[in-house]
Amino acid sequence: MAATTTSRSGVTPLRSQPRRPLPWPIQFYRSAVGKKWVMAITGFMLLGFIITHMLGNFKAYLGPEDLNVYGESLRDLGGHLVPRTHLLWIMRAGLAGAFALHIFSAYSLVHLGRKANPKASFVSGQKSYADDQNFVAANFASRTMRWTGPIILLYLFYHLADLTWGWWPWVEYHRGYPYENLVSSLDNWPIAVLYIAANTALAVHIYHGIWSAFQSMGVNNPRINAARKQISGAIAGAILIGNLSFPIMVQAGVLEVAS
Amino acid sequence: MTFDSAVPPGDIASMWDDHKFNTKLVNPNNKRRFEIIVVGSGLAGASAAATLSELGYKVKCFTFHDSPRRAHSIAAQGGINAAKNYKNDGDSVHRLFYDTVKGGDYRSREANVHRLAEVSVDIIDQCAAQGVPFAREYGGLLDNRSFGGAQVSRTFYARGQTGQQLLIGAYQALSRQIAEGSVEMHTRKEMLDVVVKDGRARGIVTRDLITGETEAHTAHSVVLATGGYGNVYYLSTNAMACNVTAAWRAHKRGAYFANPCYTQIHPTCIPASDEFQSKLTLMSESLRNDGRIWVPRDRDEARSAAQIPEEDRDYYLERKYPAFGNLVPRDVASRNAKTVVDEGKGVGPLKNGVYLDFAQAIGRDGVETIKEKYGNLFDMYERITGENPYESPMRIYPATHYTMGGLWVDYNLQTSIPGCYALGEANFSDHGANRLGASALMQGLADGYFVLPYTIGADLGDRLGEPLVPTDDEAFTSSIDEVKTQTQAWLDVNGTKSVDYFHRELGKLVWDYVGMERTKTGLEKALSEIPALREEFEKDVRVLGSGDNLNSSLEKVGRVADFFELGELMARDALEREESCGGHFRAEHQTDDGEAQRDDENFAHVAAWEWNGKGQVQTRHKEELVFDNVALTQRSYK
Amino acid sequence: MSTTLNLKLKIWRQESPEAPGRFHEFAANDISEDMSFLEMLDVINEQLNEQGIDPIEFDHDCREGICGTCGVMINGQAHGPEKATTTCQLHMRKFSDGDEIVIEPWRANGFPVVRDLVVDRSAFDTIVQAGGYISVNTGAAPDANLMLIPKDASDAAMDAAECIGCGACVAACPNSAAQLFTSAKIEHLNLVPQGQAERWRRTENMVETMEDFFGSCTNHGECHEACPKEISLDYIAYMNRDYLKSKLKNRKLAGQG
Repeated sequence: MAATTTSRSGVTPLRSQPRRPLPWPIQFYRSAVGKKWVMAITGFMLLGFIITHMLGNFKAYLGPEDLNVYGESLRDLGGHLVPRTHLLWIMRAGLAGAFALHIFSAYSLVHLGRKANPKASFVSGQKSYADDQNFVAANFASRTMRWTGPIILLYLFYHLADLTWGWWPWVEYHRGYPYENLVSSLDNWPIAVLYIAANTALAVHIYHGIWSAFQSMGVNNPRINAARKQISGAIAGAILIGNLSFPIMVQAGVLEVAS
Repeated sequence: MTFDSAVPPGDIASMWDDHKFNTKLVNPNNKRRFEIIVVGSGLAGASAAATLSELGYKVKCFTFHDSPRRAHSIAAQGGINAAKNYKNDGDSVHRLFYDTVKGGDYRSREANVHRLAEVSVDIIDQCAAQGVPFAREYGGLLDNRSFGGAQVSRTFYARGQTGQQLLIGAYQALSRQIAEGSVEMHTRKEMLDVVVKDGRARGIVTRDLITGETEAHTAHSVVLATGGYGNVYYLSTNAMACNVTAAWRAHKRGAYFANPCYTQIHPTCIPASDEFQSKLTLMSESLRNDGRIWVPRDRDEARSAAQIPEEDRDYYLERKYPAFGNLVPRDVASRNAKTVVDEGKGVGPLKNGVYLDFAQAIGRDGVETIKEKYGNLFDMYERITGENPYESPMRIYPATHYTMGGLWVDYNLQTSIPGCYALGEANFSDHGANRLGASALMQGLADGYFVLPYTIGADLGDRLGEPLVPTDDEAFTSSIDEVKTQTQAWLDVNGTKSVDYFHRELGKLVWDYVGMERTKTGLEKALSEIPALREEFEKDVRVLGSGDNLNSSLEKVGRVADFFELGELMARDALEREESCGGHFRAEHQTDDGEAQRDDENFAHVAAWEWNGKGQVQTRHKEELVFDNVALTQRSYK
Repeated sequence: MSTTLNLKLKIWRQESPEAPGRFHEFAANDISEDMSFLEMLDVINEQLNEQGIDPIEFDHDCREGICGTCGVMINGQAHGPEKATTTCQLHMRKFSDGDEIVIEPWRANGFPVVRDLVVDRSAFDTIVQAGGYISVNTGAAPDANLMLIPKDASDAAMDAAECIGCGACVAACPNSAAQLFTSAKIEHLNLVPQGQAERWRRTENMVETMEDFFGSCTNHGECHEACPKEISLDYIAYMNRDYLKSKLKNRKLAGQG
């Protein structure tokens, strides 16, 4: 592509071009379209985790025993075939990897977007146009992906510290007793509010995330296209209701520790 | 300067093949030693630049647009003719040839038209292979429709955007050559002079519209594909930037300008809504396939269209021309619209239009079919007028659309300056006094893809090893000086009125006196009023800003100055042509029932005008037209 | 006889690409409702010319919505408030008396401002030059009807090919991404049989060239809303799919490009 035509006025390319042949996965990942693929695939992995996690947590409604046994069987995955917690750790590592890739891709795409449109950035609160750009299609979910993402990350950290590591002094923590830990944490109304807010952000993120992933992965067929937004909405809605039920039910006293 | 049509001898059916065989070939290795400048990147320019570079020539292509995809070819809606006979309805190369000569009212050169009809079939093949999404039937084959003035279905189309799709095809072919490095593309550069030395075109002088720089470009041949001059009327369907400047500057350097009075008025445009109207919008003529044209019988009709009963409507085309009805040629349809509007039967708030009614077609075929065929045109109409054509009839009125006249060229498309060629609408060659619908795209692409790339060899074949004239040669430097001086002169006038003001005033004069109907007295008036206005223009125009950055008034002022000179020549040409033919209708020369009355004895010739210097009357040369293959008949569409 | 409007305009003026720009205010009085938006600007320019102020530069040409030359941001919307309409086809009847109208050029890194409302869109041409064509030399084509193309495929290609290259999609995109333009250009050719030989090479080269100049798609869908030809977002999905395939395909053995 050696166009002799002189570029009119310098339209400066956004990226430098040492186009030496790279292995294809790296080349693919270097492109923004490739990064969107990575975001979509890791997004679906994380979504799978979120759904499984929520379904598992529903055991809480069957009683403390059920949830605690469920927790134990996760650690004991693979039974006698593998040492205890090894499979769980492999899954955790996979999740952490997906999470890291998801975040890193998002970060570099935001960076690229800022370079492409130096004035545009929802994060910094600037507007692309001196007059408010009048958005027609971009909805609350799509425009707040860059807000809900970091919120989810912070929440994840709090949540792990809360119920996995037991760091917080204001929660009575007993390793191996997820049900009791859950209830005693969510019994504090500020924590319940925090969980409700964070899970709402998660659902909003998932709503645009699923639709966006369909698009990024080219899942596109006239027969399902009309349903893509509805599917996203349905999944996000189900996750929202499921996850919010825990803090609400604890607060309502439906889930409680038998004393 | 030469003035020989260079039509090869022999039978017209084999003439083009023979000519290709007899034309000198340039060895592939030698082609890269020739540099060719193509000015314009519309259908003719882009296709010529792409093809020449595919053949191996070094090509520089110039456009004043920001991209080679913007030229006004893009706006052609209806389609492109080709003698494919896919519909098995009796079409053939000879029939397309015959229809075009007849449609042109026997004022075109037979040999050129026959060649056009021959290569028309190749164009479709080429464009389909490029990925142009022509309309198709369910079986996957190409679809055709019939188009104004033709009794066979030979028009290929891509929705209502055929011009756009063909131009994008040519643009893509050109882009491929640009990427390969074999075409050097110059955007936003306007050609302001052709450099002639020792009787040959040696290059061009351009102005960079962004930096204001005046540059010289040298080449072995210069190809002008710079479109038509319809904007001389100010209000026309042409794009705002369409102009005659490149062709006119070539004319001033010795290229003859042929038949400037042949201008086509398109019958189906949206009437002007007020005096600020900047251009008129054309609705494809294909609308006439299904729409019925009528006006109220009573000039004081106050009811809305839907409320006027059948017996109070005058379907005047169907009444006067039962065989062709609403599909009569453009000039006939236009003049009849003018007649009824002049009678005071016009419709719309300004009473400046006639109805084009789809009620019957919608009733017959259903809304969906009509939407499929014309959806985008209907939407466009609604956007502009705020009226819904599915419910009430459209209002249409004729507007200038295409100019058949242009630079005189010989069979090889060479102008009377050796080494300088003109393609597409910029030349005069194929349409005679009137162009048939869907033939403009055909001619532009024929010239660019299939004619010039061969015929240019006739000249280049003898010139191997000839060095380029360096750009510091006196021929170039003096031309650059002239251009610079003129540019500065416009900035220095500092009068009181805008360029647009003068353009509008000129347009009114040309429309009134050299428009749809011309008279001796009117034309004489034009010949005295246009120069008077031009003098005022030269003294009183105001161009602000500077010459060293983007300045659209400065771009326009030079173009309008050329329009002034052209307008005068149009009037002169129309005055001298004491007959009516095609787009040229002299009120003095009509049959008893108002049809154009040709004078084949005295005017079966091309009028080619030679520039004699500013303020001098041009010399009128004649190229006699010989019709060996078509019998001259008086057109009758009754 | 038509109603007239009095408007307050805030228009971006910028001498050159490097010069800083700013808004200037103009009063537009007695603007007829039947005028197009650009005719309204013509009227303003005529007045400026009278006052000895340099007229406002804006790109425009065909004024019938097909050439893609015109385009400005009107009140924060590319090509203004009317859907599926270019700036030149927007008519003043869409505004009301007393409105304030803010007019800006397209803003994106890939579209530097040339002057006032005029921007440089040559990056689009560069994307097309990277592969937006079918390599067929003039004269090398077989008879057009030798190639059967299902009407549906041909129609889908035509839907993509309607793109006029105006740049509204980039202007409307919060990330200044050119996905809609590029995907329309790619898929126009990828959807028809003629385009198959170069399909993967085309997709790869065009996507990567696009990314040299423009941002990345976050699937907001603003581009589609701004597009005067209503090009579908589906083409972006197709392009994403084709891009992955272009990286995975064993092109030698698949026999394609």
